[in-house]
Amino acid sequence: MKRIVTISIVVAAFTSGIALAQERPYFVTYSHEMEEPGNLEIESFNVVGKPKGGNRFLGSNLEFEYGATAWWTSELYLDGQITADESTIFTGFRWENRIRPLMREHWINPVFYVEYENTSADKALREVVGHDGNDDLLEPNRDARSDVEREMELKLILGSNYHGWNISENFIGEKNLTAEPWEFGYAWAISRPLKLAASAHRCTFCAERWQAGVEMYGGLGDWHSFGLNQTSHYFGPTVNWSAPGGTTISFSPQFGLNDYSIGHLYRFGISYEIEQVFGRLRRSGQ
Amino acid sequence: MKRRVLEILTGFLMLSVFALAMADGAWLANVPSNDHGKINPYSGQADAVEAGKNIFEEHCSKCHGVNAEGVKKHPSLRTARVQQEASAGDLHWLLVNGNMKKGMPSWAKLPDPQLWQLVSYLKSLHE
Repeated sequence: MKRIVTISIVVAAFTSGIALAQERPYFVTYSHEMEEPGNLEIESFNVVGKPKGGNRFLGSNLEFEYGATAWWTSELYLDGQITADESTIFTGFRWENRIRPLMREHWINPVFYVEYENTSADKALREVVGHDGNDDLLEPNRDARSDVEREMELKLILGSNYHGWNISENFIGEKNLTAEPWEFGYAWAISRPLKLAASAHRCTFCAERWQAGVEMYGGLGDWHSFGLNQTSHYFGPTVNWSAPGGTTISFSPQFGLNDYSIGHLYRFGISYEIEQVFGRLRRSGQ
Repeated sequence: MKRRVLEILTGFLMLSVFALAMADGAWLANVPSNDHGKINPYSGQADAVEAGKNIFEEHCSKCHGVNAEGVKKHPSLRTARVQQEASAGDLHWLLVNGNMKKGMPSWAKLPDPQLWQLVSYLKSLHE
């Protein structure tokens, strides 16, 4: 445990100096908001947990999110995990694309999400689908990493902004590209800045730089057993803070809602946005 | 035959000019009348201009330039279209909806008061 905490602090200290973004404080739920075109966002999302009967773990994603156009965002994930008394391993990669079909803002804004992932022994828990639960995290790394999962994931993302509130809902379908059935899941979240208007003076800890909300997600079974039976669900408050000119730090303690879930998860994230990344590269090359 | 080719070329040229003209300011024609007529609740407030300037520097200046003068494909916001033709409501509508086919993203993720503060700053640039 001490090792995990130490590594977490080192990762946070290393990345916090380079972060810049204004993001929703969500860890699993996607909002309909896209990356601005030409911008590259580098994000580190992490989760610490301890399954019943298993060892404590830190699951981690390093994400590179690029705004290809105003209506298309593409993202590459590199995943890894550390499990106490076991090992530290690279668990694979994911590549996702989000497309916004409607070119204007509406009451409800849909976004289509397509992801391919190639992972093994993944503990980042960026989504919960099917009958994912506590027992999936008990398998030792040396065994779990031999089970490579190649999966296609589809999401329908719905998002609304109303009087400063953001309300986002995700419906998830995931298919292992072998003979396993479709698995389903959901996620939703609500958040709001603590203050809606910006201050006239530059400030560091003013209320508009904080966003708070709640997030909930879980599995909905699979093609043969759709429903809530033997599925895990999580709920928790979530908060983030955007520093001037820079860092956005997010944190959320999340609680398993039934015996099938892990008791507690602690999520934290840091993100940094490089604006007009290719323009910068061109200028530096001249 | 030559005359026929000349007519086609002329027609094509006129269509191109029309398309370019529409692309430049077509978004203004798309603003619904109730949005066009919206009043900026921060109108005339110096604090709102300052706050809008901070928001502009944080979110807009990389594309539109530090002084909103425009950078390459990203247009200047000091033009007559922005300063005189467009109402405060028009600019607010553009910020909410973006002009995604032309590369301008929606800024609906910013709370409405911040969008109006941004409009206050943009409209102050002609003074």
